[in-house]
Formats: sequence, structure tokens, C-alpha cells
Amino acid sequence: MGRLGRKIMGHILSLVATVLVGGFLSATLVRLAPGFDSDERELDPHLNSQSVQALRDARQHDRNITRFYFSYMRRAVHGDFGNSISLGQPVRTLLRDRAPLTIRLLLFGLGLAWLLTAALALSAAWLRLSIYDAMATTLSGTFLCLPAAVLALFSVLWNLPGALAIALIVFPHTYRYSRNLLLKAYSQPHIITARAKGLGEARILFWHVVPIVIPQLLAVAGISVSMAIGAAIPVEALCGLAGIGQLAWQAALGRDLPLLVNITVLVTLVTLLANSSADVIGCVIRGQEA
Amino acid sequence: MSFRQKIACVVLALVMGASLGANWLAPDGYARQYREVTDAAPSRTHWLGTDELGRDRFARVLYGTRISLLLAPAAALLSTLAAAVIGGLAGYLGGAWARLAMAVTDLFLSLPWLFLLITARALMPLNVSPLTSVAVTFLLLGTLGWTAAARVLCASAAALRKSDFVRQARAAGTSGTRLFWVHVAPNLKPVLYAQFWLSIPVFILSEANLGILGLGIAEPMPSWGSLLKELEGLVSVGEQPWKFVSLILLIVVVTSFQLLLSGQEEIAA
Repeated sequence: MGRLGRKIMGHILSLVATVLVGGFLSATLVRLAPGFDSDERELDPHLNSQSVQALRDARQHDRNITRFYFSYMRRAVHGDFGNSISLGQPVRTLLRDRAPLTIRLLLFGLGLAWLLTAALALSAAWLRLSIYDAMATTLSGTFLCLPAAVLALFSVLWNLPGALAIALIVFPHTYRYSRNLLLKAYSQPHIITARAKGLGEARILFWHVVPIVIPQLLAVAGISVSMAIGAAIPVEALCGLAGIGQLAWQAALGRDLPLLVNITVLVTLVTLLANSSADVIGCVIRGQEA
Repeated sequence: MSFRQKIACVVLALVMGASLGANWLAPDGYARQYREVTDAAPSRTHWLGTDELGRDRFARVLYGTRISLLLAPAAALLSTLAAAVIGGLAGYLGGAWARLAMAVTDLFLSLPWLFLLITARALMPLNVSPLTSVAVTFLLLGTLGWTAAARVLCASAAALRKSDFVRQARAAGTSGTRLFWVHVAPNLKPVLYAQFWLSIPVFILSEANLGILGLGIAEPMPSWGSLLKELEGLVSVGEQPWKFVSLILLIVVVTSFQLLLSGQEEIAA
């Protein structure tokens, strides 16, 4: 098995381990959540003692955590993640209804963040003016000093789209990494030689600098997905957008552990998948370059 | 130390000094209500006006700054200690220990920070006393924020383990425990200091985010998070500009930390 194959296998194993460990944690927390052992139907005065006992017996199967874990995982494989305590709906339905908005928000937010990053970092690297670089760094530094929730509040105040708030939360981090990577690439001996030989700035940037930094930029892109998902909580919660971030926030406020833990495991899988994909693509590019 | 860093130091000292002197600067405390002047504009008696419950905003900003500025370094200390134990030992021991520790660290790192925070916060009771909520927030930040630092410390400890002087000490028959405490741990100090200082602004911002989302420090105790929650009801920026004082103070403090830490980032890497 080649290096790439081993890498892909390592990522798949990591994803499987996350599903198993995350599933176990979810099942344990759901099992230990307050109210798990009680059933409102037992209070129904129309039910006789035998019916109440039958309801209790039906739950008896789930009392053992290990047994509950296996049945939870079996249901999860079929897309059944249980019911939300606070909203009284199946977790699957809630996720299905809210996922499109969050996906749209993340795609636009990330696209905008990377557009800003590319525009500022590439122009700073191309122009190589200290004043321009200082201005761009100050701008990103200012956004870096603002809590994500404050940016979300400002987007409400000025009636700006939520995607822009996500972009402004992610952009300072991606800009910093990208700028540092570009500057490091510019200090390489072959770039200095290329400049000494009189190659144009555009040719140096796009033919010699950018190809070097692409694998690392892909890794940053993977991390930026995680940042954007994290930013979705305050943005959706404070902007009143009914997405998964708002759902997680409502679940946290309502201590709805079955819902919250399932969302967290799914979000972890998405971020792991994004990071793994970025790593594998970067590995493929490095392999082609070699 | 550069000129900008000196200014940052002075600003931080002033803000910290004012917040520590809150008992003298605002002797009436942060919870006293002036029911006849609720949501008032700045005046001689209330320099930054009052909030919607009639509490003096200046007092709340001072006490809130004190809580946030004491909470963040305390959480940073806890997370740095956890990172030192987990990352430092994993790097020093190497092999399967290092792989296991880094696998757990990577898993934690792949989780979006705010998701992790609110999930862990929801596991604990929300209706608690203000002091308990301070302790919960501090423990939460401290126990969950060690991962990035542990990764750096693991790499530094692994590099030290392979260094010539450690190999020489091992060849001379120095025991493993002595090797770690006498030769490895003291050389990790610069990285530990850097990680400690770098964590502070991150925790300040995290506490603010938690506070605005209603999952931070409980009322009536103020913190930057709960003070920033006031901005939620604003219709325009120019409407009540004095409500932005806590935000400006937060930006100034975090910027000062960033300026002060510009040199530390290289050590931390």
C-alpha cells in the first residue's frame, strides 16, 4: 500500500473510531439524561396497571448502557437518532429541516471569507508595500479581537446577511495563515533567483509562489470549515436563522442532551471529513509535484 | 520590548488597576438598583448611565472587567497545566503514548470550539448561583482549551527527547523521572509561558461568546459576556453609544494582548 493509500486508510479509521466513540458517548449521555426513565403515558388515567407495567417492561431493555448503545447505533445507522426532549420531534426531522439553511450559510460564508482572503493576501504579496500589508493586517486583527457573537449582533443591527458575519469571523484566521505562507514562500532561494533574473511579479506569484503554498492552503481550508461551523451558532442564534447552529443553541439552553449530543457528533464527522479531504487532496498535489 | 508593546503593557496595567480598584471607584457595587432611573443616559451620578434594571453601568463594567480579566488567566493556567501534563509527557515518552495522546488531541481539535463549549456547558446545570457559574465557566474553558497547547508541547518535548544533551544524560545513567524534571521540563518553560499568554485572549473572547448566548456567568454578576448581551436590544449604533463601552474595552484589552504576544507566537510555534 502506497503512502497515499495509508493516509486514506488512516483517515477512514479515524472517522470510524469517531463514530464508535462518539456514538458511545451519545448513547451514554442520552441514557443518563434526566427524564429518560420516565414516560408521560404512565400518568394517563385511562391506562390500567397492566398497561403501565407493559410500558415499564418495554423500557427495561434500554436500562443496560451497553445494550442501549448497540440498539442506539443500530437505529442511528438507519437514520433514527431518537427524539428531542425540548421540541418533542424526531432529531432526524429537525436536522433534515434545518440543514439546507446551514449548508447555504456555510457555503456562502466560506466562499466570501476565502474571496476576501485571496484578494487581500495575494494583493499584499504582489504589491509588497509595507503600508498596504500593515493596513490589511490591522483590518484582520480588528476582526480577530471581536467575539463572533458581537459580529452576529452587528449583522442584525445593520441588517446584513448572516453569511457576511460568518465570512468576517473566518476571514481574519484564513488571511493570517495565507499571508504568512505566501511571505514564507517569497523568501525561498529559487523565488529570489527568479526575481533577480527579471521575471515579472505576476509570473513569480502565480507560477512559483502559489503552487508551493496550495497544499498548506488546503489544510487551512479544512480548518476553516470547522471555524465556520462554530461561527454558525452565534450567527444563527442571534440573527434568528432557523439552522442547525440555532438548534444546537436551543438544545443547550433547554439541556436537550439527545439533540445536542447527536448534533455535536454529526458536526464532528463533517469537520473530520473536511480536514481529511483537504489532507488527502494536498497529499495528491504534493505527489504530483514530486 | 517594542514601543507598541510598551503601550499595550501600560493599557493592560491601567485596565487591570481600575478593575481591581472597583470597590473604591464604585463602592455601591454592581447589583444595587436605582429604580427611579432605569435605562438612563450618562450623568454626574452614573457616568455610563444605568441598565434596564437601574444598575450603574460604570460599576458593572468595572466589576465585569475584573471577573473576565481574572477568569481568563485562571482558565489559561489550568489549560496550560493540563497541556503540560498531557502533551509534555506524551512527547517525552513517545511511541504509543504519544500517538494515543495526539489522536485524542486531534479529535478535540477537529470539534468546533463553540460546539464543544456549549455541549459541555449544557451537561452542567444552568440554574446555578452566580459564583458557581463563574467556577463552571472557568473550569469549562480550562479543561477544554488545552488541546492546541498540548500539540505544541508534545512536539517540543519530543524534540528535547531526541536532543544531544538528553541522550548524553540518559547514557550517563540519569533516571527517567530525573531526566524529565531536571532536563526536559525546565526547557519547556518558554513554550509553556507562550501558550499561557496566548490562551488568555482566546478565553476572554470565548467567555464573551458564551455570555452573549446566555450560557456564561449568571446574573446579577457582570462579565464582559453578560454586559455585551445589552447590545442585543439596540436599534442603531448612534442610539445609545455609551452601551458600547464594554465592547470597546474588550477590543482594547484583546488588542493589547495581541500586540504583547506578537513575539510569543514564534516561541509557541
